Amino acid sequence: MPVTSVIPKTNNIALVGNPNTGKTSVFNALTGLRQKVANYPGVTVEKKTGSFSVNSTTFTVYDLPGLYSLIPKSLDDKISTEIIYNHNNDVELSCIVVVVDAANLSRNLYLFTQILDLQIPVVMALNMIDVADKKGIKIDIEGFKKEFNIPVIPLIASKRSGLAELKNTISDLVTNPDISQQKYMPIPDEITKCIGDFRNFVKNGFCESEVSLTARSLRIISSDHVLQDWIDKIDNTKIDEAQQSLAKARKRLLESNQHWSMLETKLRYQWIDEVLKTYVHTSKTDKQSLSDRIDKILTHKVGGLFIFFIVFAMIFQAIFSWAELPMALIEDGTNWLGQMVTQLIPAGALQDMIVDGAIAGVGSILVFLPQILFLFFFLSILEDTGYMARVAFMLDRVMNSIGLSGRSVIPLLSSFACAVPGIMASRTIQNWRDRLVTIMISPFMSCSARLPVYVLLIGAFIPQGSFLGIVSYSALTLLAMYTLGIVAAILVALVFKKFIVRTMPSSSFVLELPAYHRPNLRYTFLQLLERVKIFVTDAGKIILAMSIVLWFMASYPKSDESDTSNSSQKIEQSYAGKIGKFIEPAIKPLGFDWKIGVGLLTSFAAREVMVSTLATIYNVEGADETSGSLKESLKNDRDPVTGELLYSPLTAISLMVFFVLACQCMATVAIVKRETNSWRWPITMIAYMTGLAYLASLLTFQIGSYLGIGV
Amino acid sequence: MTLNDLEPGESAIITTIDDSSNESNYLMELGVMEGTPVRFVKSAPFGDPIEVDLRGYHLSIRRSKAQSILVQKF
Repeated sequence: MPVTSVIPKTNNIALVGNPNTGKTSVFNALTGLRQKVANYPGVTVEKKTGSFSVNSTTFTVYDLPGLYSLIPKSLDDKISTEIIYNHNNDVELSCIVVVVDAANLSRNLYLFTQILDLQIPVVMALNMIDVADKKGIKIDIEGFKKEFNIPVIPLIASKRSGLAELKNTISDLVTNPDISQQKYMPIPDEITKCIGDFRNFVKNGFCESEVSLTARSLRIISSDHVLQDWIDKIDNTKIDEAQQSLAKARKRLLESNQHWSMLETKLRYQWIDEVLKTYVHTSKTDKQSLSDRIDKILTHKVGGLFIFFIVFAMIFQAIFSWAELPMALIEDGTNWLGQMVTQLIPAGALQDMIVDGAIAGVGSILVFLPQILFLFFFLSILEDTGYMARVAFMLDRVMNSIGLSGRSVIPLLSSFACAVPGIMASRTIQNWRDRLVTIMISPFMSCSARLPVYVLLIGAFIPQGSFLGIVSYSALTLLAMYTLGIVAAILVALVFKKFIVRTMPSSSFVLELPAYHRPNLRYTFLQLLERVKIFVTDAGKIILAMSIVLWFMASYPKSDESDTSNSSQKIEQSYAGKIGKFIEPAIKPLGFDWKIGVGLLTSFAAREVMVSTLATIYNVEGADETSGSLKESLKNDRDPVTGELLYSPLTAISLMVFFVLACQCMATVAIVKRETNSWRWPITMIAYMTGLAYLASLLTFQIGSYLGIGV
Repeated sequence: MTLNDLEPGESAIITTIDDSSNESNYLMELGVMEGTPVRFVKSAPFGDPIEVDLRGYHLSIRRSKAQSILVQKF
């Protein structure tokens, strides 16, 4: 068959493969540190590229997100297929390296044969050949080469074995591309006859080789899902003709006893089964693999859940204790930087803006970076070993009851430390609807920034003593706040699923449980670096802007007398103070006065800013959540007119309820904007969470007052 | 019988996949199709989903899906 496609003369290589094939190891081994991450325009999936050189020729490697088939299912899949097909005309590939897991050939060859049909030069990187060996799988590599007529390179990427050969092979193939002998899927003549007319129809306006054209036509015929995508892309005037031509092809197939549904898939697996029978010999081993033995323990009906709790309890313990030192260092660093700038820039508005606005504001968020990183570090390792898939497996049933799947467990758990890494971890959720709902409920998990507020208020207002002499009222209140967040998350998830995102495809759960393997620390650190970059650059910009706005509102207009000793009055006269006064009637039914109002505004920067705002208003030097003086000031503040105590335990509970539910965190807003790639969802989030918080606080305060509890 | 009815450790051959939903098509692409031998490995701690071994790898699907996959023991 003549090959009509022109092979582009570029040095672009794509790395393609199923998830869990060690594709990223191959990428890292090929490119070392010569890699960078950028965003694909318009989407949130990262574009990972790197490079390597052979004999002073440089090759650019695109590491495409792992996928199982050229029929895209998730956003990640879509990105991969668009690059492979060069839909956007931006990356012309001169060679595709398909990473194939030697220990899991059958399913891996499915994608491989699809790629083969594209008639682009292909190299098979047969990875994890050592694992296959241990499993008693003997592969006739020469046989594979003959069968597909392409280079086949056995690899152990984690040990960098076979790497030089892979590089040389790619280089040779790109310099001297010859695909005239490259094999493609054999299609029985009778089927080719049935789809011939349709193929000619598809051909119009497409510049593709005969081979990829046949495969592509067959794919459209085989799946309504692909058909719809294709119809969406073709000219409106031709749709009727297309439908007719397709219907004819399907009818002819049925007439010759070939059911068209998933015909492509069936033919492929037929071919694969034959290839495997000829070239692969598996000797049965009765011995249970190490992976299976580990799995018996880790997913044990009782023990598995127990181990899961222990693992996460330890991770959380580590996050809080290990992060203490770097957090203190960041705080000191921020202060030091502020002082430096104070000395360098003359006093005035500019100095104030930089020191009190930008540096203090960004610093108050940056201080959470160590916790975020530690969390990422542990999650990334657990993911790498294959344990995360098991967590999703074990807890899918629980999540299913609120309409989500097991894949949402990790993002939600992470959010107890901080919603930012939680929301970023939601990327592993394939189903967009599930992912969106997970993102929207993540901030309800009581994060570490809420803790200072809880501690201050509980310390000041919750009476000593204990319930039934066992649990202190303080602990009980804290527990109630965490529970409230979880309950709110469940209810909101149900509402969202039912009313708001119901048009999107519904939740399903199909998950590969990969064999356990040792984590790759190098890879983990590279990933960590990536996350820091995203947090600091993308979210950082929004955080910086908001910090300056909040600072401006809290410090302008300046009061005439420059009496710095009375910061309470200064705040009262600022825009923030005025807004606080302005919204006082609205928040009065919640039990809040204008001072708390100001705190609610400024704590939008980060929740624990509430504490420092109140400290500023009460003019307490160096106050923190355990400081006695701030607690006393809050407790003893009296209404200037009536002389009554301003705040009661009920006020404190109402305020805590507000903090559990409200979206008081600009880092979260920034990251939601980034992850959903639109302002629609972060704005929805702020609106509904604030509304819910208001309503819940209102009910708490009014019902409490009516019943005379805590007044 | 369906895939759901197998006991841990039991093997069978898939005879029919009873619906043509997108999810079933996706499963077919993962190699879950007529004539493929499967081994029921276990169910999750809460009984759902289940884990099966086929084509040399392990896959987890929900019981509601396994219900529509007919098998024959061998």
